[in-house]
Amino acid sequence: MELLLSLAVGLTIACGVWLVLRPRTFSVILGLTLIGYAVNVLILLSGRLGAQMPPISQKGATGLADPLPQALVLTAIVIGFGMTAYLVALSLRALGESGDDRLDNQDRNPADADPEA
Amino acid sequence: MLAGLGLLALLAPAVFAGDTLVATLPWLPAWGLNLSLRLDGLGLLFVLLINGIGFLVVIYAFYYMPDYDPLGRLYLTLLAFAGGMLGVVLAENILLMLLFWEITSLSSFLLIAYKYREKEARIAARMALAVTGGGGLALLAGLILLGQVAGSYELTSILARGDLIRSHSLYPVLLVLILLGAFTKSAQFPFHIWLPNAMAAPTPVSAYLHSATMVKAGVFLLARFYPALAGTDLWFGLVTTTGAITFLMGAYLALLKHDFKGLLAYSTISHLGLITMLLGLSTPLSPVAAVFHIINHAVFKASLFMAAGIIDHECGTRDMRRINGMMKYMPITATLGILAAGAMAGVPFLNGFLSKEMFFAETVAHPALSGSAEFLLPGIATLGGILSAAYSARFVHDVFFNGEPVDLPRTPHEPVRWMRLPVEVLVGLVVAVGLLPNLVVEPLLTVASQAVLQRDLPPFKLAIWHGFNLPLVMSLVALGGGILWYRRRERLFDLHERMPFSWSSPVAFERFYAWATARSRRAMNWLDRQTLRQSILLYLAFTLFLGAWAWGQQSQALAGPLSRTAPSAVGIAGLLVLAVGLAGATALHRQRLTAILFLSVVGLIVSLGFVWLAAPDLALTQLTVEVASIMLLLLALRYLPAEAPVDEPKSRQLRDAAFAGAAGLGVSALCFAMLTRPFETISAYHIANAKALGGGTNVVNVTLVDYRGFDTLGEIAVLAMAALGMQALLSGLVLKPQAGHASTAADRYPIMLRMLMRPLLPLALAVAVYIFLRGHNLPGGGFIAGLVVAIAILLQYVSAGAAFAGARLRLPFVGLLATGLLIATATGAGSWLFSMPFLTSSYTYVTLPIVGKFELATAMLFDFGIFLVVLGTLLIALTELGQLSGREQRAGQQG
Repeated sequence: MELLLSLAVGLTIACGVWLVLRPRTFSVILGLTLIGYAVNVLILLSGRLGAQMPPISQKGATGLADPLPQALVLTAIVIGFGMTAYLVALSLRALGESGDDRLDNQDRNPADADPEA
Repeated sequence: MLAGLGLLALLAPAVFAGDTLVATLPWLPAWGLNLSLRLDGLGLLFVLLINGIGFLVVIYAFYYMPDYDPLGRLYLTLLAFAGGMLGVVLAENILLMLLFWEITSLSSFLLIAYKYREKEARIAARMALAVTGGGGLALLAGLILLGQVAGSYELTSILARGDLIRSHSLYPVLLVLILLGAFTKSAQFPFHIWLPNAMAAPTPVSAYLHSATMVKAGVFLLARFYPALAGTDLWFGLVTTTGAITFLMGAYLALLKHDFKGLLAYSTISHLGLITMLLGLSTPLSPVAAVFHIINHAVFKASLFMAAGIIDHECGTRDMRRINGMMKYMPITATLGILAAGAMAGVPFLNGFLSKEMFFAETVAHPALSGSAEFLLPGIATLGGILSAAYSARFVHDVFFNGEPVDLPRTPHEPVRWMRLPVEVLVGLVVAVGLLPNLVVEPLLTVASQAVLQRDLPPFKLAIWHGFNLPLVMSLVALGGGILWYRRRERLFDLHERMPFSWSSPVAFERFYAWATARSRRAMNWLDRQTLRQSILLYLAFTLFLGAWAWGQQSQALAGPLSRTAPSAVGIAGLLVLAVGLAGATALHRQRLTAILFLSVVGLIVSLGFVWLAAPDLALTQLTVEVASIMLLLLALRYLPAEAPVDEPKSRQLRDAAFAGAAGLGVSALCFAMLTRPFETISAYHIANAKALGGGTNVVNVTLVDYRGFDTLGEIAVLAMAALGMQALLSGLVLKPQAGHASTAADRYPIMLRMLMRPLLPLALAVAVYIFLRGHNLPGGGFIAGLVVAIAILLQYVSAGAAFAGARLRLPFVGLLATGLLIATATGAGSWLFSMPFLTSSYTYVTLPIVGKFELATAMLFDFGIFLVVLGTLLIALTELGQLSGREQRAGQQG
């Protein structure tokens, strides 16, 4: 199972990275979402497998899952949503400004001239 | 500043009694950085100079600056600078000293660039910052080395460990680095170039920076570390040589300036060279002479700059070939200026004479050079003295006598009373010290010198008349020679005109500066191609390289010792579905709608995975976030082409696939290695104490709102920022929806959906309340409740339209964010009222029907804050996107 899970995380990362490297904003958002999934699972897995019970503390309960990674991931999921929403807004704004949903407009920033003198 | 002086008066008796006052406040003790201050004799002297002259400069500036100048900016930066200087001279911790040192560099940059509309001022400020800032970097390295060698960053211990430091193998390195810092600040050759240019600053600033403060910081540094660093041949060689060159060169160039502020600038360089040379000599009395000259120079140079400023102010020019005969127009100012210039030249009965004679005596007394070189040091001293007398003579003769002024823009007259007052005070000091040194200055000089040496002083005598001896002869030769030299100046000017002096001029620096910026820009352009993909690739390649390198460095097997669990059938099935989802989302990313559907499959599997991993809170969160994300992406898709064209070569796709594959493989390996290794967790404590300390049994929720409440507060703040940022990005944006989308459908809001969704809202709200209340003990809590409510409300928007739902809800979304953050922060701050640390929670039990017995903890209030922020963020995110279409419809109707 360990191997299988590792492969799943790796596969998700690979797909996410490939998507992030595409030239259009939409696929970058998709890719980042995928990477977000993978990273969240990876962090959660740092609590290791084999827990039988959710981390609800009761008398005599054993085999509780590690609550710390869970708490970290919980906020990470919500923040991840915030980031996705922000990126969507950013890409729509870029679309509105440039009329194009490509990431890298070819023309270089001309503001390279010496600001002094 | 007066307050500072008053405070000083309170503390002064202890210092005069020989104590060193140290106050320490730990700041970053792990890095050896403490907020510790010390007040000893040297610090006392400098605080007096900084505050005293600073106070006079503030008065002077009020009358000097033109009426239209608002002055606020000047005073702000001037006082910031004074604060930085005070910090430098009062710091006990050397890292703290460096911090203040940098503050002085930065604020002096602002001061020099005060007239920022003039190009010279900007260039001068930039140069000063480049030189002193570069020196500051060297100083940083030097001080860290010093701290490492001495084993402490506190001055008291460093100064006591001089022998250890001097015998350490790193001593030459740290000495050179620290000297670099001191020399750049004190404008020693070859770093002096910034100082004459800094005359572009208003005169009050020059009077302050170049008499008592900025440039004195460098020599202060030398004096401060004198017990720890001085006394070696290396110290003598470096410090004395640099000082001597600076002393002579500054004096020589000062004579050649036609701008009297330029003359004063070069004379400042020269006098700093003199002080540096004295500190380098390391004879028993040379530090005393150095400290004495620091005082004297500060006093007479500040008064000279101010007098020069008055003349400039009254005449409208600073050219000495035009300003002549001022004695007739402003006799009082002229007399003051003549007295101060006399002190600069070393005329008897003025303060400069005393320290200069001590300087001559020390060069004679120095034992290092003997034989034919015996006369080298006294020779340099006398030559420098001649030059000083010559430029002082030029200043006095050209400005105050020498016939009538030539072609002045206005007729000069005496300035207002208050403008002259600071000069009068300072010149009064010049004369008082010159006539009655024992009475006026000796106690201060003694404590300051003791602080420099960190031991008792050898006996010395301050007197005008020491008998007819070699130093007196040198003084007389210097004065006489100076006047002679001045009389032959025309020949010198001719010589200077013919000499190419570009190496010392700012031109060389500017050329270097331009070259360096061009180079760094090229390097920057090479590294940063300004395309996101290139940067990501670079970053990815570097990370992969680091991972591979680290893997190659060690010899462990990938699989760890932990026994593995057998794959379950459900698990395999889940993973297969995941693979399908991933493959679909990736391969079909151009068919955007389809890709989103596949993405939701992946999200669903991840949620199920969370259930399987015994994380119900996460599963609930993921599920609800998933719904919101998909809605978000679908809304965005309205404005994007549903299908993207293929616009990249196959080769690039393959290359990216290779990178992605490598990254995935790396993460897989990492994950596998982690999963098969044992670990220790700190969670046992969290679980054991969740009930007792946090008042809840759901450890995840207790962690969020209690153990790591501060983190959570930060996180909801970030969330609120993202929402506000999104609102700002989308405000005023008009986008055309792509053809073929839902907006063109006949039935926009299907009645079935509308009728189904409407009763859902109260149900969902009830569920949310339930989830929220039980969250502290069972899976649930503010995050999830917020998500549920948000989705229930959004469903109303989807089913019935923004106009319908928005009109009925009337929720101020931004207000939700603000209220939520306020509640969370106030809950945290509330524990201060009970003198507990921020975010300490307390709780009590309450019983409600149906829900049962539950705790009412302050943590719950905090959780409510979280709830509001999450709700607000989701609503803002989705309604903003939704409103884009409303806006565009309205725009269409108007158009």
